[in-house]
Amino acid sequence: MTAVQAVALVLVASGAWATVMARDPVRQAVVVSLYGLTLGILFFSFQAPDVALSNIVIGAVAMPTMILLAIAKTRK
Amino acid sequence: MHSLGAPPRRPGELSFAARRRLFLIGGAGLAGLMLWGLEGLPDYGDFSPLYGQLINDVAVQERSTTAVVTAVNFDYRGFDTLIEEFVLFAASLVLVLLLRRLREEKVGPPAEAERRVHTTSAAVRLTCVALVGPAVLLAIYITTHGHLTPGGGFQGGVIAATALLIVYLGSDYPTMERVGPMTLVATAEAVGAVGFVLIGLGGLIATAEFLENFLPHGTAGELISGGTIPLLSLSVGLEVSGAFVLLLSEFLEQLLEIQPKQGTEP
Repeated sequence: MTAVQAVALVLVASGAWATVMARDPVRQAVVVSLYGLTLGILFFSFQAPDVALSNIVIGAVAMPTMILLAIAKTRK
Repeated sequence: MHSLGAPPRRPGELSFAARRRLFLIGGAGLAGLMLWGLEGLPDYGDFSPLYGQLINDVAVQERSTTAVVTAVNFDYRGFDTLIEEFVLFAASLVLVLLLRRLREEKVGPPAEAERRVHTTSAAVRLTCVALVGPAVLLAIYITTHGHLTPGGGFQGGVIAATALLIVYLGSDYPTMERVGPMTLVATAEAVGAVGFVLIGLGGLIATAEFLENFLPHGTAGELISGGTIPLLSLSVGLEVSGAFVLLLSEFLEQLLEIQPKQGTEP
């Protein structure tokens, strides 16, 4: 395992932990976006750039946006 | 903004301690099963499946495609991608159906008193203006170079959708709708979905096999090469960008344009 892969694994684990520990849904949506970014780095470091590209956009942008919009609608 | 604390316990609901005990038992069982499953896994970094080696060896010569993952997605396993494309198509249709305007809801911007939207700062607007162009360019590049470098229609399509999201972030919903009108977005989605099937039918007509790569393959590494692969990638790009913009628009419309009837709680 290379150093980059080890760092990426640690980043993903801490990102997942941070997502669970953020209890407020709005904060959670922001943290899960960062988590999606770390997953992208993980896929990239394991030589899966196609999956990394999809995950950076879906996990870091599209999914948190939909969560945020759903929260905004239900809180109104 | 209020934070969500633990909701009050309803009668008959388990206490926190009981739920934790239940989790510890279940979690220990799951951990045991997963550790047991780890036994049968190959070693770290050990890659020996024949199929992967074979595809790596033959894809570049057979299809003149330097991105083997894309060759698998749009050629060797093109039918799977067709189904996946229609999964997304169906999902977006269902979402449009679910988030339609109900009879008791009225259309219009929310009353001023209810609006808690802050005006976009000049810094955010400037950043968005600077980002839109590169995002569109990146989307086009990723989509059209899918058969040469990592990427392809799906990735490029989602990036194109985020470009429109940046437009919304830097302006407002009416502006976003002007840049990407619903009819255009829905047409792109439909054309992309139908295009994939039509290219597949082209293979059926030319070679009697559905989705067979019937166009000349060209030279590997050139922009126009790989036969039907870049065309299928492009149609997936259209479909995916349309579907994602449609999803985001529907969510935004729910939030900004559709209001519940006066006097009722949402």
